Amino acid sequence: MTEKTGTIDPAEIAKFEAMAAEWWDPNGKFRPLHMMNPVRLDYITRQIAAEFGRDLAEERPFAGLRILDIGCGGGLLSEPMARLGADVVGADAAERNIPVARVHAEQSGLTIDYRHTSAEALAEAGEQFDVVLNMEVVEHVADPQAYLNACHDLLKSGGLMLCSTINRNPKSFAMAIVGAEYIMRWLPKGTHEWSKFITPDELFKMIEAAGLRPVDRKGYVFNPISWSWSISDRDLSVNYVTASLRP
Amino acid sequence: MTLCRVDNSINWPIMPHMTYDTDILIVGGGLNGPTLALALAQAGFRSTVIDANARPKREADDFDGRAYALARASQKMLAALGIWDSVADQAQAISEIKASDGHAGRGAAPQFLHFQAAEMEEGPMGYMLEDRYLRRALIAAMEASDMITHLSDSTVVDQSTSGAAAEVTLADGRRLQARLLVGADGRTSGVAARAGIRRQGWDYGQTALVCAVAHELPHHGIAHQFFMPAGPLAILPLPGNRASIVWSEKTQRAAQIARGTDAEFLAALRPAFGDFLGEIELAGVRFSYPLKLTLAERFIGPRLALVGDAAHGVHPIAGQGLNLGLRDVGALAEVLHEARIRGEDITSELVLDRYQQWRRFDTTALALGMDTVNRLFSNDNPALRLIRDFGMGVVSATPALRRGFMRQAAGLAGDMPKLLQGERF
Repeated sequence: MTEKTGTIDPAEIAKFEAMAAEWWDPNGKFRPLHMMNPVRLDYITRQIAAEFGRDLAEERPFAGLRILDIGCGGGLLSEPMARLGADVVGADAAERNIPVARVHAEQSGLTIDYRHTSAEALAEAGEQFDVVLNMEVVEHVADPQAYLNACHDLLKSGGLMLCSTINRNPKSFAMAIVGAEYIMRWLPKGTHEWSKFITPDELFKMIEAAGLRPVDRKGYVFNPISWSWSISDRDLSVNYVTASLRP
Repeated sequence: MTLCRVDNSINWPIMPHMTYDTDILIVGGGLNGPTLALALAQAGFRSTVIDANARPKREADDFDGRAYALARASQKMLAALGIWDSVADQAQAISEIKASDGHAGRGAAPQFLHFQAAEMEEGPMGYMLEDRYLRRALIAAMEASDMITHLSDSTVVDQSTSGAAAEVTLADGRRLQARLLVGADGRTSGVAARAGIRRQGWDYGQTALVCAVAHELPHHGIAHQFFMPAGPLAILPLPGNRASIVWSEKTQRAAQIARGTDAEFLAALRPAFGDFLGEIELAGVRFSYPLKLTLAERFIGPRLALVGDAAHGVHPIAGQGLNLGLRDVGALAEVLHEARIRGEDITSELVLDRYQQWRRFDTTALALGMDTVNRLFSNDNPALRLIRDFGMGVVSATPALRRGFMRQAAGLAGDMPKLLQGERF
């Protein structure tokens, strides 16, 4: 696979490379992602099951589905998808993540095709998938519209894209940057740039401009009392996720 | 185990791809172990229950005096697991709970805590069920499930949970491998001990004398709890004119009573029991259990989880031991089920820690709460007596407070696992 960074901002890649080895430590730097992962997976698995008529109670409900995990990192989403039976390609622009993810998959007894590549490069190569997971990526790319156009091309007709990101408003600034990076020290300072956050309406417009049809959106809400995340129908004020179909 | 060098110079252990004998090994064939196996089967996991005891024989089906106070939530769980229908006819609904502060020989003080099922929308507060019926129903249900293997008369002599599998070695040399090992083997848990999990314990200096009595007058489904200076006396209704007795006494006195003949035992019991149910006589065998509160320092480890008394042994006041254990079972099965349908690794610390977080606070709070209640009531200090007489009067006169206590006793408060709300997976 040729190395191609496409629209990815090189400064962003360097930040994540510094964190890559920490991916699978539940109490390490990626603790916030590990804490959030159950609600992300709840949303992802239910959307995929509903769209493709799969029963999650079965042994390998996603058998036969080809899934692309963009920004796969250490494989926090790729591994569950593979465990549910999907053929998974995990793509990451940070080269160091790939061997980390590969070795962990092997430890877990899973076969996953991890590649150091970008959405744009995969699209140019003509790769297509039933599902594209585009989670917490769009706020880190240099040109979100060009990136979403590539995601469109990566989907088969009738394919599903799940895209999550962070809203842009005073509350999200307080929660995601001041709270998560400076007060709780959940994320290294400088992980996020507030100006790159995207409102749900802006995201929907870009998704539609890319030729996809938005079908659902939900919020992820952190409850500081129970110290856990839950999915909300209405509260999209900070973290949110969307589902779109390629017609 | 082989090591593989990757290009960033970090060594990662590579686990060989495993084939397992079953998904989950459960050590302990009492009540929590089999219930967990049934819950896990519903959640899509295969399990093997390793029971140190031989299968109870038919002739062991005579009533031996042991019975459980099943909270409403526990009953809902048994219903969701398909067990309740086979024991419902043998269960006695608890329609009222009367708690009172008594002086031995003087009967109960007038400040009665009086809970009636009619105050709670959910129906009866709980059910009394004899051990023999519950045990038999659980064994029959395990045998009927193709997801469960029941190994009776099998003792675990060794275990390992550090590698790519949880492995146990049985006394006959057989080795079994699974993804996860669960200790449901009671307050002296060998699983916990072999995993190096220490326990903290408090000795109450009390012993519970447990038996069943037959009585002359009907109990009308009313459960009584008398808080006596030496410890609480619970009188719990069984079908017919029978009641299950849990009588806590100071250990020395309890040993003395336990050593006596049946007639001497009854003579000692009568003053505390009173005569409100008429004449009483023994119905079954007498048991005695020293009261110790024990808490495992951790409920989980690598490829390991503890449930029931293996995690926490509480004071048997209000019969919370089994009910707490069933909550563990419901919580563990739910955590594993959710992890499975999300595609998570069910053996990861991340997943198992959710179970520990869920249960540990609840368990510790209840264990310490029960301890406090017991210490407060097992005391003849006149000042304390005044405070609790007053306190009970207030609770009894305040419907909202009373309903709160009832919901807690019925196991309906707190963050309840789905199974205990009667929901199937």
